[in-house]
Amino acid sequence: MTNAIEINDLHVTIAGSHILQGVSLIVPSGGVTAILGRNGVGKTTTLRAILGLVASSGQIKVFDHEVSSWPTHRIVRLGIGYVPEDRDVFSGLTVEENLRLAESGAEVQYDEVFSLFPELKKRGRQRAGTLSGGQQQMLSIARALLNNRPLLLVDEPSKGLAPKIVGEFAGVLERAAEHSTVLLVEQNLSVVKRLAQRIVVLDHGEVVHRGEARDLDDPTLVRQLLGVTGAA
Amino acid sequence: MNIFLVLTFSGVALGAIYFLAASGLSLIYGLMDVLNFAHGLFMTLGAYAGYEVATRLPSSLGAPTLIVLAIIGATLGGGLAAGITELVLIRPLYGKPISQILITIGLDLAVVGLLMGGFGSTALQIPVPLWLIEPTHIGGVFIPNANFLAIGGGAVVLLGLEWFLSRTRYGIIIRAGVENREMVRALGIDVGRAFTLVFVIGGAMAGLAGILYTIVFTGDLVSPSQGDSLLIFAFIVVVIGGLGSIRGSAVAALVVALLQEYTSFYIGGHSGWAQIGDLSTVLLLAVVLELRPRGLFGRVA
Amino acid sequence: MRWPSRRIGLLVGGAFLALFIVVPFIGLHVPWVLPGTLDIVNSTGTLEVLALCFMFAGVAVGYDMMFGYTGLMSLGPVLFFATGTYVFDIALTRWEWALLPALLLTLGVSLALAVVLGAVALRVHGIAFAMVTLAFAQAFYFLVESNPHNLTAGDTGLSLSYTRLPSFLSGAVSNTRNLYWIALAFLVIAYAVVWLVTESVTGRVFVAIRENERRLDVLGVRPFRFKLVSFVVSSLIATGGGVVYILVIGTAVPSVVASTTVTLSILIMVVLGGAGTRWGAVVGAMVYVYLQQYLDKVGAEPSFTRLPAVLRVPLSEPQFLLGAIFVLFVLFAPGGIASLVVRHRSRRALGAPALSSLIRKV
Ligand SMILES: Nc1ncnc2c1ncn2[C@@H]1O[C@H](COP(=O)(O)OP(=O)(O)OP(=O)(O)O)[C@@H](O)[C@H]1O
Ligand SMILES: [Mg+2]
Repeated sequence: MTNAIEINDLHVTIAGSHILQGVSLIVPSGGVTAILGRNGVGKTTTLRAILGLVASSGQIKVFDHEVSSWPTHRIVRLGIGYVPEDRDVFSGLTVEENLRLAESGAEVQYDEVFSLFPELKKRGRQRAGTLSGGQQQMLSIARALLNNRPLLLVDEPSKGLAPKIVGEFAGVLERAAEHSTVLLVEQNLSVVKRLAQRIVVLDHGEVVHRGEARDLDDPTLVRQLLGVTGAA
Repeated sequence: MNIFLVLTFSGVALGAIYFLAASGLSLIYGLMDVLNFAHGLFMTLGAYAGYEVATRLPSSLGAPTLIVLAIIGATLGGGLAAGITELVLIRPLYGKPISQILITIGLDLAVVGLLMGGFGSTALQIPVPLWLIEPTHIGGVFIPNANFLAIGGGAVVLLGLEWFLSRTRYGIIIRAGVENREMVRALGIDVGRAFTLVFVIGGAMAGLAGILYTIVFTGDLVSPSQGDSLLIFAFIVVVIGGLGSIRGSAVAALVVALLQEYTSFYIGGHSGWAQIGDLSTVLLLAVVLELRPRGLFGRVA
Repeated sequence: MRWPSRRIGLLVGGAFLALFIVVPFIGLHVPWVLPGTLDIVNSTGTLEVLALCFMFAGVAVGYDMMFGYTGLMSLGPVLFFATGTYVFDIALTRWEWALLPALLLTLGVSLALAVVLGAVALRVHGIAFAMVTLAFAQAFYFLVESNPHNLTAGDTGLSLSYTRLPSFLSGAVSNTRNLYWIALAFLVIAYAVVWLVTESVTGRVFVAIRENERRLDVLGVRPFRFKLVSFVVSSLIATGGGVVYILVIGTAVPSVVASTTVTLSILIMVVLGGAGTRWGAVVGAMVYVYLQQYLDKVGAEPSFTRLPAVLRVPLSEPQFLLGAIFVLFVLFAPGGIASLVVRHRSRRALGAPALSSLIRKV
């Protein structure tokens, strides 16, 4: 098995707008592949299409299974952990209940997760809706790491967080990437440079660049693709 | 004062029945976005299942045993009907909430029609033990014992439901699903099973509500469209309580039922005001929607 | 491809209209299509059934504009239907008003109610909107049933007094054909109104609202105004239907004209015929009312009573058969009868540029 994900000519239309217009990309096994792009170009939609959360046409292969017609839970059970863009912890459930819900199978690594985020152990009985944004992100990442899954889809883990905690999360993902494949959507270039080996840039629902993470060292390319200056 | 106490007891009994009907509706709506018009049908079917049990089993079992079996039969009947409905009619229409609503409307129409054909549109009598008809003397007034049966039934189900939702894995899945169904799927959980389960639980509670309503309020008579006339109040309770909230349903059920009992006695006696009890529930709904559009216990989205 | 099919539609519609206009002059005997006592085409019974068909068809096409085109699932059309029957009936019978003032009062009351209730109910969306409209309609039902100031006669039902009506409308059997033509005229007017609105720019915005309300906000259009227009026009048509009903049937009983059953019937007619197609709603209503009456009569035929109970019981219950047919349609032909007859291309929302250029014109 060489590729964790292979996407070929993926189209998504939501309520009359053609959001993904033929995205093709490959996520090789191991390491971190990052998806970049301006706001609203379809990064989140790409992850959601992989998970079968939005209707799409085209080919999606996860671990060599053609999954585009599968229901979400079946795709996820191939071994995917998902950290959604807006954390999406269940705010009416306690931290413990949130984690319990994420349990699947026997290999549940509570010890590892709690050693990464001791805060969560302390706050087991607290309702997730009352956690701070950073704590909710911990819970969301913990949920994805709980089952030791071979593939992680992580959507903007740094969104709205202080630089210090962003660094912590980057460290956690770095360790996770040692034994899992990570597909990371991220706007923060320094995080991408630190974690990713490969990058894919989207614009207006299409892939406009595929390459190595070190391409981001070229300021003209960065400005051209992302409309920002390289110094992040 | 005495009358007030009598009204309060019968209001709480009615509230218990509204709660049984509304909490299932509310869970189904909260989890699946299905406005289940067949819920009244499940109540009716429960009552008919109870009637069948009570009249077909040998009367030598004794009236108390028979009524207990009838209540169990009603609960199972409602749950079974709801489970089949979910698997056969709702499931093929996932992702089409309007079609799901429409199909429950069609189902209700069809099966109520069938009941009218099969059992006749006149009401049938369920035999009940004498004890249920007799009153108990409390605080200077006589309270029909049937009221206690409904109140007890409602309380037991409320506690059981709270336990189930907070302690079991499926309960947690249901609560999480009410909040964010997609994310539950994205954790690798087959929400479809929770859908069926919620329908079965909701249908069982509706069946129980159906037979309790028969015993407490219709003089033990069962008729084909009795559930549909309860359904409208169950809808009102669900909206007032907040869609998807069990506690909201419980509180709203009591408030609505008591309001209905008090107003229909104290105001409804005057000519031209006969329907004030029913009308007041809709007025309450309008007020609640004006002040808190998400209902009493509805979460702020 | 679009023009020919539209022309065929016009031809077929025109032919049916012409046929229905002359039906009262046809004394044919049609034994199987029209069962039992109705088997003569221009008998009073048959004309009355057809008048009901037209009346409901008009109401249904009005509902289709709101539900099928604008995507608003109101569960309250019965409120406006019952406003039509009761206000008109009360003005003529209790207050002994003349026809025209009674009609104007009825439409005025309906307009005011529709604007106020619509504005309140449209504050919420989707299912909540359905529930709120349902509750309003139910409140109206309770109100009518409680016979306030002895106006509605409650459950007894309020019979229409014909004394102030012109003689060609008085309840005499010989006037049935006049009432029949009035019902037909109502259908034509309702259809024309809906046709004009849905084909206009406003109608295109309705469809855009149904497809994606949020996008309109982005384009700077407040959907509320349009939804209210859709709600009000549809409600006024329902009120017109209520007036025709009381003229034809002559009695208003709450459980028949004001209960949720009426709303559900209208909804079923529209879906059965094909929501969002106009003519589908007309066909759906005709089929529904006709089947309802037909099955009722057939179920009572002597040949039926000899069937074994397993067959006889379901087959002699119109409500069961209609419900079952409806369930099958929702499952297997969600586009309704219209989708079986022609491969109807559902009216798609316009793309953003076309829409915004359109909206500038509004
Ligand atoms: N449910 C929806 N309805 C309408 N439009 C949608 C919907 N979901 C996404 N879109 C649109 O699709 C486009 C892509 O959205 P997406 O969330 O994939 O962007 P993104 O690249 O993740 O952006 P960001 O960096 O801001 O998170 C956006 O223009 C968005 O408005
Ligand atoms: Mg995004």
